[in-house]
Amino acid sequence: MHIVDRRLNPSGKSLANRQRFMRRAKSMIRKAVHENAGARSIKDADEGGEVLLPAQGVQEPSFQRGASGGIRDHLLPGNKEYVTGDTIPRPQQGGGGGGSEGSPDGEGEDVFRFALSRDEFVDLFLEDLELPDLLKRRVAQTEVVSYSRAGYSVSGSPANLALTRTVRNSLSRRIALRRPKAEELAALRAELADLDPADDTRRVELEAELLRKERRTGLIPYIDPLDVRYKRFDPMPKPAAQAVMFCLMDVSGSMTEHMKDLAKRFYILLYLFLKRRYKNVEVVFIRHTHTAAEVDEDAFFNSPETGGTVVSTALEEMRRIIADRFDPDGWNIYAAQASDGDNTASDNERTAELLTQHILPASQYYAYLEVGRDMDHFPTGFIRRDSDLWQTYAALVAKGAPLAMRKVGHRRDIYPVFRELFARKTGAEAAIA
Amino acid sequence: MSATLRAERPLFEKADWQFSTIQRCHDEIEKIAVEEMGLSVYPNQIEVIGTEQMLDAYSSIGMPLFYKHWSFGKQFARNEALYRAGMQGLAYEIVINSNPCISYIMEENTATMQALVIAHAAFGHNHFFKNNYLFKQWTDADGILDYLEFARDYIISCEERYGEAAVEQLLDSAHALMNQGVHKYPRARATDLRTEEKRERGRREHDERVFNDLWRTVPGKDPARHDPTAEERRRALLQLPQENILYFLEKTAPRLQPWQREILRIVRIIAQYFYPQSQTKVMNEGCATFVHYKIMHRLHEKGLLTDGAMVEFLHSHTNVVFQPDFDDRRYSGLNPYALGFAMMQDIERICENPTDEDRTWFPDIAGHGDPMAVLRDVWANYRDESFILQFLSPRLIRQFALFHVVDDAADPTMRVNSIHDERGYRKIRQALARHYDISWTSPDIQVVDVDLAGDRRLIVHHRALNQVLLEEKGARMVLQHLADLWGYDVQMKEIDPTSDAVLKEYNAKPRSTP
Repeated sequence: MHIVDRRLNPSGKSLANRQRFMRRAKSMIRKAVHENAGARSIKDADEGGEVLLPAQGVQEPSFQRGASGGIRDHLLPGNKEYVTGDTIPRPQQGGGGGGSEGSPDGEGEDVFRFALSRDEFVDLFLEDLELPDLLKRRVAQTEVVSYSRAGYSVSGSPANLALTRTVRNSLSRRIALRRPKAEELAALRAELADLDPADDTRRVELEAELLRKERRTGLIPYIDPLDVRYKRFDPMPKPAAQAVMFCLMDVSGSMTEHMKDLAKRFYILLYLFLKRRYKNVEVVFIRHTHTAAEVDEDAFFNSPETGGTVVSTALEEMRRIIADRFDPDGWNIYAAQASDGDNTASDNERTAELLTQHILPASQYYAYLEVGRDMDHFPTGFIRRDSDLWQTYAALVAKGAPLAMRKVGHRRDIYPVFRELFARKTGAEAAIA
Repeated sequence: MSATLRAERPLFEKADWQFSTIQRCHDEIEKIAVEEMGLSVYPNQIEVIGTEQMLDAYSSIGMPLFYKHWSFGKQFARNEALYRAGMQGLAYEIVINSNPCISYIMEENTATMQALVIAHAAFGHNHFFKNNYLFKQWTDADGILDYLEFARDYIISCEERYGEAAVEQLLDSAHALMNQGVHKYPRARATDLRTEEKRERGRREHDERVFNDLWRTVPGKDPARHDPTAEERRRALLQLPQENILYFLEKTAPRLQPWQREILRIVRIIAQYFYPQSQTKVMNEGCATFVHYKIMHRLHEKGLLTDGAMVEFLHSHTNVVFQPDFDDRRYSGLNPYALGFAMMQDIERICENPTDEDRTWFPDIAGHGDPMAVLRDVWANYRDESFILQFLSPRLIRQFALFHVVDDAADPTMRVNSIHDERGYRKIRQALARHYDISWTSPDIQVVDVDLAGDRRLIVHHRALNQVLLEEKGARMVLQHLADLWGYDVQMKEIDPTSDAVLKEYNAKPRSTP
């Protein structure tokens, strides 16, 4: 008999088959991924995970007997009360009660569970999206300086003292200049102390020797300023590797669940997108009515608030948070604002001012998403008046503010709109509607 | 058995194991299996694998190497997802009918489980593979691994020459017809997979050698001359009717390239290799379960298993042979392990302690005295259907409380045809045996004719036993594949075998003409 240990064999033998399967089911997986993404929370949107695929698309057909009709018989164990000739009402679903026709693994073939890794998931999700030039250019500009070690220097701050190097220098200098060692001096002194008092010649000899050595020790310092070395650091410019994403949303009564769902989908996309670009992505949720507050994700999407609508409060809050925690020099700031477009009329001016003076200069990217009711309900030819906020922002854009704005009415528009925003374009102006 | 010498030390005392533990288990088990039970097995090769490798093996129908196809990726993904979600455990072992007999055992198993698995797979299944007449007749244990390697390499070379898409499409079609790709009745020639490979090369070389474009220009026979016996002759030449559809396509489909025929051949040879397994599920598992049960008990008697290990084994064994009642939520058909094991034990009992009932029902073996000899004979010469028909005893029917329900779509209700009583035993035995008879359980589909003079339409009949029709959606898809392979239209009629009435008709056109 042989025993073979196969555990160390390379794993992933099925990888090729798996890839073939994914290629085959690509369109279905893509669809499932997009549907699945809606049900996720923003922060774990880019975890891998299971998607459910309809089985028809990847069926392997074979000739099977139909589930009903004709004469069929069942042999079942565990008879308790039946005797020959009894009749049993037919169960609803063919064979469900009979059992012998049921699917043996109990799962059925109608849904197919498929686990995707994180990368596969994100790849499919953001397939053929590109970072716009706008982003690339500005990302390259925002740099932070970090210091990296670069050898030794003779000057520096005591905190950067390179101890080993300093002592090494001192040691070689001491050896070169023949500075007497502490042990030699100690030995001389000991000999002097133990010496026979009568032996004067030897005493004189030793005392002279000791004196000479002590003098030499005094002349040659243990550590000379020449020996001292400091660790040297060179400043290295580095692109900022962290981003913060501000989610601003109007949560006043006029925002329906549907609208919030649209906003959430947009945020998820943006989050995934940033996550691919930056190592660290922080998310800040700011909700506002006539007052604004930073909240957690759950409260952001789920707890309803009442009150008026004053957009500038949210921008004010955002400005405060930026000043507090996210220095624009160190952070790439992205913001997405979702609203149904309502704003208190008197607030529009303040909003515009805040945006142009403070928010836009600090941000990499600012997107405004106006979520509407399901637009299918509007009869064709019905022209809606642009909302207050839309008009305000449109005026800013007209003046050349780097602001992206879109209207979205239906879930299926989110992805196209997102793609439109991030499709390859030239220059900042092109990103504006 | 005979007087037992108790061993000084058990084989193992803790759950963890080393390779030396496995070696010792194997040696002790081999002693019992070969010397005491008289089993005859292929040499064993035991391979230790991890979870992912087990999933790999699952997805390629348990074979260590296989050609690549997306459906195996699908299997893998499915099993993996189920396993990760904790909805499905993995088998403790997979055993391959090859010489040497390869058993995969999982590294996660405890020492007791490894002993159980070795007894079950490396001796139980192994003995069955080596001795059962179906396996002897249909499979070639010496050549299967080489053949699979050839198949894999051949398909890879086809992918390189003709493109992955073309090969995948062909395999899709071939897989759809895989169940219709077996010879159900033996023919004169025994299959030998090694020569198979050589012959393929020979065939191709011959084709290339004798190829001469001139033949194309030679005028053919006058097609107008119609001979009344021509039709008979044609059908005989085409070997019609033919139930092995893949074989028929391989030999006669007009538009297939040689490499396509070869791939059809590969698929059908692999299908043929698995054909005996589907007919011996109850016996194969019954044999293996009976063997491991016997061996583990003997090990315990000899003092080679601790009491704790024995309890662990019994727990696992009981789970395996559990048969829920029909009205139980867990019921999903008769458990082949339970039925097989119960029947093997019953045969042993009949040989050793027969009752009067047994003497009337089984005069040949009742009180035979040497149950192992009887069982070895049974394992060698029966398949599920004949085995049940011959050896299901009234006592077991009572024990399982089997009853037979007939569901005739013409009646408003189902009817209990027979139960476990004096009048019912034979009927139940017959009905149950029929459930394991492949000619009853798999639809009877045959190629009956080809319209050679006309539009070359292929005509296929499904003889709908008991008027049970095919599931429509699947049937349409398979016919589409069939039409793609045939290259011309395909018509399928579902026919009531009692009246020859056509119950349903399907037509399919090929999707693309190469």
